[in-house]
Amino acid sequence: MVENQRDEGGTEMGTSVRTQAEKTANEQQTQKLNGSQIVLRALAEENVDIIFGYPGGAILPTYDEIYKMGIHHILARHEQGAIHAAEGYARVSGKPGVCVVTSGPGATNVVTGIADAMIDSLPMIVITGQVATNVIGTDAFQEADVVGVTMPITKHNIQLRDVNDIPRVMKEAFHIATTGRPGPVLIDLPKDVSTAIGEFKYPKQVHMPGYQPTVQPNRLQIKKVAAAVERAKKPVILAGAGVLHADGADELFEYATKQQIPVTNTLLGLGSFPGNHPQFLGMAGMHGLYAANMALHECDLLINVGARFDDRLTGSLNYFAPEAEVVHIDVDPAEIGKNVETAIPVVGDAKEALKSLSALDKAPVPYDEWHQHLRHYSDDYPLWYNDDGKTIKPQALLDMVYEETKGEAIVTTDVGQHQMWAAQYYRFANPHRWVTSGGLGTMGFGFPAAIGAQFAEPNRDVIAVIGDAGFQMTMQEMSILQELNLPVKIVIVNNASLGMVRQWQELFYEERYSHSLFPIQPDFLKLAEAYNIKAYKIEDPSEARATFQKGLKEDGPVLFDFRVTADENCYPMIAPGKGHHEMEGIRP
Amino acid sequence: MKRTISATVNNSTGVLNRITGLFSRRQFNIESITVGMTENPEISRMTFVVNVDSDRGLDQVIKQLNKQVDVLKVRDISDENIVARELALIRVVATPQTRGEIETLARPFRASIIDVGRESMTLQVTGDHQKVEAFIDLIKPYGLKELARTGTTALKRSSKKQSQDLHYSFIQ
Repeated sequence: MVENQRDEGGTEMGTSVRTQAEKTANEQQTQKLNGSQIVLRALAEENVDIIFGYPGGAILPTYDEIYKMGIHHILARHEQGAIHAAEGYARVSGKPGVCVVTSGPGATNVVTGIADAMIDSLPMIVITGQVATNVIGTDAFQEADVVGVTMPITKHNIQLRDVNDIPRVMKEAFHIATTGRPGPVLIDLPKDVSTAIGEFKYPKQVHMPGYQPTVQPNRLQIKKVAAAVERAKKPVILAGAGVLHADGADELFEYATKQQIPVTNTLLGLGSFPGNHPQFLGMAGMHGLYAANMALHECDLLINVGARFDDRLTGSLNYFAPEAEVVHIDVDPAEIGKNVETAIPVVGDAKEALKSLSALDKAPVPYDEWHQHLRHYSDDYPLWYNDDGKTIKPQALLDMVYEETKGEAIVTTDVGQHQMWAAQYYRFANPHRWVTSGGLGTMGFGFPAAIGAQFAEPNRDVIAVIGDAGFQMTMQEMSILQELNLPVKIVIVNNASLGMVRQWQELFYEERYSHSLFPIQPDFLKLAEAYNIKAYKIEDPSEARATFQKGLKEDGPVLFDFRVTADENCYPMIAPGKGHHEMEGIRP
Repeated sequence: MKRTISATVNNSTGVLNRITGLFSRRQFNIESITVGMTENPEISRMTFVVNVDSDRGLDQVIKQLNKQVDVLKVRDISDENIVARELALIRVVATPQTRGEIETLARPFRASIIDVGRESMTLQVTGDHQKVEAFIDLIKPYGLKELARTGTTALKRSSKKQSQDLHYSFIQ
């Protein structure tokens, strides 16, 4: 009896150990978890190492799991800060930025960032909490129809209804966000779904018959491009952010230098081609360089790689590239022919297309005359400003930032004059160092984006070039700098106004400065002090460089309040309704 | 110009909203839209009749639709050999004296009488847009009480005889 009992006991123990082993083995395949755990496990499967977010009621179960699992999470002070930081992270790392917020106001506070990511094609995963499924549609506390609200500004969005759908939906979300033309994908997670128990089995593949982006370009079309290049006398390459998203800067360099075609960039494409290369004409567009815009105006072949012919680039379409045969290479077929009629469309990834073009091994046509002609524009119409030596000129400031960081820093901006000056004077030589809100033109973007950028590249200088107005939209995120001693350097280009608005009012509204001037500014130094951040206020141009050098060497965050000439305008410029050949302010 | 576009889509929540929203924010004018399940319950077919002012506009409609993850296939079928039908339910004033007349009018249109009351009767007519329009015109003088119409729903004919190339330059 006793022995039997012992035997039974032994057997029992044996069984229990076996089950435990089996369980561990099975754990890789399926596991009973709650919805929140499944979401976080899926994020881990996708190699997400940082989440930007803000907790709240409906997302609490997920935040509880974040707490228990000890996941790297950055707490913003406003959801807008969280999503812009995620955008900055995505832009610099090339990986999807992940943002987690609660339902209702939490979700609506990230709408601006979602729209920003959508128009600038940034890969993003936004997880919003939602009220429980049994009260959806009852105007419950903190309920908003986030899927409805964000439908036009996401690449895709979905509301989870069943815990067992989570692994598939997460897998698909990452696939959609990062492939083809990148974009934000929103997942709405009702509270009860996040607490329901389900199985975790992460799919290895996605099955989406309705989503099959074309990556490899059509060979025939590529040959047509090559033939057009051979025919051309005055070709130009317009490289946009699509080159950067496709990680195709090297391929662009190889093709452009081999064929000796001059290159210009869109605002967002800066860094895809070395900004100091003799073949580079500078940025094109509204505040682009005269040489770049005249190249677009006079070219007989325009090769657009990964740009969407935005109106700020093209100026009036009536005068856009009037003599050019247009080649448009884009991974999103809907962009081709949307704004500008295209002679040779190429649907595909920019990297693959440029690779195929280089592989065709065509002998370069030197275009000597064309290069000489454009050089004359570059030499005779360079960027200019009048330096009186009494006040800090914003252009001189940005030029100084470029020199002192040797063009190696990551620069983030909002929208407006400071953005255009940064684009003009910071001659970006490398990809993924330029983080700006291009399409949406979002004030309040640059500073939190710098925080995200710093997490993506902890060892690189990150300079947030911000206007005094935009900074006041998201400056509460200084808390993150303080908390984590993040070495972001804030350069406020302080002209005590909404600079670009003021400029337009001066030029087009007979100097009626309707609510664009800030006669009273907060004391940014005291503000920085409140967050325990070192700060300098610089008014004298002779002190600017030394102070900036000193501040750059500091380990932690530093705020520079550069008081610049208040009524400086950003030139050259294409006035609304004008063409590339009608730029104003090309000479002092 | 009026174009008929046929799309198959995932039968998922909000897909109609997604697609009509896409049309409205791109300023495309939908004349009619019909939606229904296909032989596969997971897939719905939508038929739109849209009014676009240029080929480029049409090209954009098709491409933007194609970009939607829930859209499986989109075709402009206007220039193809198709069968297209609308349906209208018409409640018209009908006295015992006019009932016979109305019935006579209905016959060549193959409209059917589906309800008769003391002072009115309801007719159902199916056919292409012009036919439905013509029948309503004809019946109008008797006094329309109520009218309900569907949009066009369409399928390609089984025997293929394509008259010309596809109208848009969609590349994928």
